[in-house]
Amino acid sequence: MSKHTLSVMVENEPGVLSRVAGLFSGRGFNIMSLNVAPTLEKGVSLMTIVAEGDDAIIEQIVKQLRKLIPTIKVKDLTELKSVEREMVLVKVNAEDSKRAEILRIVDIFRCKVVDVSADELTIEITGDQGKIGAIVNLLTRFGIKEIARTGNVAMQRSMQIDL
Amino acid sequence: MKLTGAQILLKCLEEEGVDVMFGFPGGAVIDIYDEIPNSKVEHILVRHEQGAIHAADGYARATGGVGVCLVTSGPGATNTVTGIATAYADSIPVVIFTGQVPRPLIGNDAFQEVDIVGITRPCTKHNYLVQDIKDLQTIIKQAFYLARSGRPGPVLVDLPKDVQQQTIEFDYPKEVSMRSYNPTKEPHIGQVRKVAKLLKKAKKPLFYTGGGVITSAAHEELTWLGQKLNIPVTSTLMGLGAFPGDDGLFLGMLGMHGTYAANMAVNNCDLLLAVGARFDDRVTGRVDSFAPGATIVHIDVDPTSIQKNVSVHVPIVADCKSALAALKKETEATLGDFDWAGAHKEWVDEVQGWSAEHPLTYKDDGKSIKPQYVVEKIYEITKGDAIIATEVGQNQMWAAQFYKYTRPNTLLTSGGLGTMGYGFPAAMGAQRAFPDKLVIDIAGDGSIQMCIQEMMTVVCNKLPVKIIILNNGYLGMVRQWQELFYEKNYCSTCMDAQPDFVKLAEAYGAVGFRVTEKKDVEKTLREAFKVDKPVIVDIRVEKEENVYPMVPAGASLTEMLLV
Repeated sequence: MSKHTLSVMVENEPGVLSRVAGLFSGRGFNIMSLNVAPTLEKGVSLMTIVAEGDDAIIEQIVKQLRKLIPTIKVKDLTELKSVEREMVLVKVNAEDSKRAEILRIVDIFRCKVVDVSADELTIEITGDQGKIGAIVNLLTRFGIKEIARTGNVAMQRSMQIDL
Repeated sequence: MKLTGAQILLKCLEEEGVDVMFGFPGGAVIDIYDEIPNSKVEHILVRHEQGAIHAADGYARATGGVGVCLVTSGPGATNTVTGIATAYADSIPVVIFTGQVPRPLIGNDAFQEVDIVGITRPCTKHNYLVQDIKDLQTIIKQAFYLARSGRPGPVLVDLPKDVQQQTIEFDYPKEVSMRSYNPTKEPHIGQVRKVAKLLKKAKKPLFYTGGGVITSAAHEELTWLGQKLNIPVTSTLMGLGAFPGDDGLFLGMLGMHGTYAANMAVNNCDLLLAVGARFDDRVTGRVDSFAPGATIVHIDVDPTSIQKNVSVHVPIVADCKSALAALKKETEATLGDFDWAGAHKEWVDEVQGWSAEHPLTYKDDGKSIKPQYVVEKIYEITKGDAIIATEVGQNQMWAAQFYKYTRPNTLLTSGGLGTMGYGFPAAMGAQRAFPDKLVIDIAGDGSIQMCIQEMMTVVCNKLPVKIIILNNGYLGMVRQWQELFYEKNYCSTCMDAQPDFVKLAEAYGAVGFRVTEKKDVEKTLREAFKVDKPVIVDIRVEKEENVYPMVPAGASLTEMLLV
């Protein structure tokens, strides 16, 4: 089992999200996150799907996605050099005694505080899965009150070179 | 000139060459029905929407064209779902038009409103809700194009009532262009050459062919390759008729109720050429012991079929006809200098030995009527020149085993979904396409009752379909499983309480026969086939006859229960 990030370009027509999501649920494929938004091209949306499965399952997922009539293009970014980012909003407990430490973590991870109250801080984190995992892990001990994640967005790197 | 949406729909159908559609009216399509008398498209009024969709499907299978069905919103639309799923499972091109409530009411739980596009998303190749009259003609054009191209399938178009009433200039698009849909038709020539090379090296090659060969009309290419290169052929249920069933190289069906020779051949072949078949579980049995020693070549127009169930050595994504034609071309040049017949002679002898050792057979006690005997007689009388539809279950398997299909598009059967009630309305659709042909539905007493109401449709439309009921008073196939694997716990499979099928035929204005003695079978069938009306022949067959050979579900193909 491995995680694959798929970049799926689709015609932005009514029901297209449901077609894609329905494909996963109907065929028993495991979807971890799905992000969808319009592109620069009119009428075209880009979906970033993180799915899990062995090679045969991922091959089927890619083929089945391609088979959907509104699908224009499917790329498995896992096989390519790519940039992946996710944005997360975290609301943590932050009473006076802990506040400085939380702000230090925010600083180290180059995140942003986007909302403050007497005993809470809301932090915006952007990064790859590793960074997000690390900071969420660190913040957990202060008590996370709420968390909202976008799921991955990803893009193939311009230069596919091995250094 | 501006036309209404309803008028445009009918015009578009004429442009697509549709001469008949099967349907049932209702409030949400009444505007279309209002225009039908002014159109060249004939409408056949069924008695249940399931009949309409199966009839359109049967019409498509028999003609190789596209079937069309028209129903109203809500229950009219949902009644077609079984038939849509049936067509989807077997890749049959059908276009379904459903009425929808007016756009302002969509989503408001209006009377006879249902989200049919949502409901049929997983069982259509694609579907549309027409939200704007400006899109109507493009959508219809795309619907027909999608239904018949690539891997064919059902396409549904949902038409809100107010769109049917709006007007727009009639301008049917000549071409379809969809940047997101470009099915591969031509094979990769390098892969084809690889197959030609493998064929020359193979000692024990075998064709395993499916419905794709029939869909793409590749039967001539397949027959040429089989006969010229001396390669035995086994077929799935859906592929029967693509290779002549009376040819010595034909081994019959493979899989769960396949022949001994076919299943042994799969197990022993060194090169398996899968063409337009999808390694269904009813075919493969236990996947890990399927064709264990073989190099597997898989030709299919749908890339998702390849590597789905079994691992394939040489994949070829292409239309079967193009791929087989390319393979023919590659091998044709070598006919003079390579002894194809000799190269596979030993193998063909071995395979035919298996056929001789365990032919398809049944125990005839001379007293009761064996269902297999009835099917044999139908074949003898028709000499194979009929269109056979089947219901699902034992009747279907016997019809597949004991009738020899020599031409494509002559067996109409629900292979993938296994839909009871399919055969009769499908036969009705085929009979409409070929009014002068003998069209026979081989049925069981259980499944015929699922769409029996279409008796009225065939009678009033003068479609002389012949229904042969192999009446054993059981839901036979489930009873067989209960006998073999559930300690004869015949729970809910006994159908002793039955209508009088002869009177039922008569009640509808058709003709009914009953046969209880073996000596009367042939005589009655001959008589029935001569009648120029729909006929039901109720044949009381041996009650607990089983379909053999049988590979128990999940076993490997060599673990066959024989007669």
